[in-house]
Amino acid sequence: MLTHLLAHLLLLFVLPPLLAGVIARTKAVIAGRRGAPLLQLYFDLWKLFRKGMVISSTTTWVFRAGPVIGLAVPVLASLFIPMGGIRAPISFAGDLILFVYLFGLARFFTVLAALDTGSSFEGMGAAREVTFSCLAEPTIFVIFIVLARISGSFSLDPMLDSLQNHIAHPEAGVPLLLAGVCLFVVLLAENCRIPFDDPNTHLELTMIHEVMVLDHSGPDLALILYGAAMKFLVMGAVLVSFIMPPHPASWFMETAAFTSGLLLLAVVVGLVESAMARLRLIRVPQLLVGTSLLSIFALVLLLR
Amino acid sequence: MANVVNIILVAVILLNFYVLGTSRLGACVQAVALQGALLSLLPPLVNGWSIHGLGLAGGAFLLKGLIIPWLLLRAIRQLRIKREIEPRIGYIPTLVLGTVTTAAAFIFGDQLPLLPAHLHSMIIPTSLATLAAGFLMLITRRKAITQVLGYLIFENGIFVFGILLAEAMPLMVEAGVLLDMLVAIFVMGIVMNHINREFSSSIDTDHLNLLRE
Repeated sequence: MLTHLLAHLLLLFVLPPLLAGVIARTKAVIAGRRGAPLLQLYFDLWKLFRKGMVISSTTTWVFRAGPVIGLAVPVLASLFIPMGGIRAPISFAGDLILFVYLFGLARFFTVLAALDTGSSFEGMGAAREVTFSCLAEPTIFVIFIVLARISGSFSLDPMLDSLQNHIAHPEAGVPLLLAGVCLFVVLLAENCRIPFDDPNTHLELTMIHEVMVLDHSGPDLALILYGAAMKFLVMGAVLVSFIMPPHPASWFMETAAFTSGLLLLAVVVGLVESAMARLRLIRVPQLLVGTSLLSIFALVLLLR
Repeated sequence: MANVVNIILVAVILLNFYVLGTSRLGACVQAVALQGALLSLLPPLVNGWSIHGLGLAGGAFLLKGLIIPWLLLRAIRQLRIKREIEPRIGYIPTLVLGTVTTAAAFIFGDQLPLLPAHLHSMIIPTSLATLAAGFLMLITRRKAITQVLGYLIFENGIFVFGILLAEAMPLMVEAGVLLDMLVAIFVMGIVMNHINREFSSSIDTDHLNLLRE
């Protein structure tokens, strides 16, 4: 039990920056560049944590709270999901709602911290972030309803148990596939990846997430970067858990397979980012509503 | 076998959504062509390999998958239009309506008094959902070419329904239906050309409302 918990925390704290590095490296290779080292984000974090920071005198404690909560939430949320062979440390009926709204809490504080600076640019980013996330939320819930229906449980840990889902319910293959596609799109939207937001751009008029954190520097920025990478890991873990083919083996092997699944997911995200351009802002709601409808269709297929 | 059929039917419904939600005409035509080609695989898969089934499949594939899309793409090139600019109902509401009708089709399909063999197949709901998507296209779009696409999707829905009857239906009837459709597309192509010529580079059917004595 204790080894499982330690392995869980180890994965959670060590892996996220590597995933970000894999995405960046994939994009670089596709573009024909050599690219930054895979461990670049670790170096960046180390550098940022040793720096001082400048805090605007117009801000209050809310400005400092944003990054801290942005890091604490993915850590908390990860406790409800299994990681490969490691079962979720905490699990109770209905924890899926807590899981979704924990991220809502993080978003709320990021937005407040952005508004706290009084910059109109950051207000614009905050407005966009809130709009898009409220369109993405129905999709997540419908996907969770699909999974709950298949597994007959309202707790994330059994819901994401791919072994049980695939073998006990072979007829659920198509809805699961649709749910996986929808969750992938939501993952891109929630983590500000390319068709929705460009994590590399610093052009104020087009960016969403980056514009909200413009005023953070030093350790605060490091917390934000680390929290964002961790959020990608947690949401990616949900996707990988229920898409991964069943593999009855020791928990260690299962976790290794799960980790390589996450790395594969990072490569796929990198490929998507290389192949697609950013959507026009006006098209983003269209795509997100389309995903919600697709997930509802998956539910209809499952319920008949 | 039933699995492959189900996957094809789900793909058909997803293509319905895609066509309802996209504004680019070229992509729409390609999606409808893909839908037709997928559907032409169904008769042999559902009813087994027979000359009759293969004839149906081959005819449908040629017409729905190749000839009609080619005609439409040619029309798009000649008329130099790329997008449906202003549908009567926007894309998101159309998509929502499409999902509602699809859900309704699944609910309604399960209520019908069918043969026990067809009771829980996806064929009837898919057919109804595709019919509804075709209707939606016909109702909500302004351009003649998207309305033709709606008509094609509508015909695809009827084709799915016809698969259940393929054993009973003589090849001549099906051939006649396909031929009718081809003629209809020709006529619509001519209509499009006329609209285009009369109203200088536009195939908006709303112009036709003004043709009064």
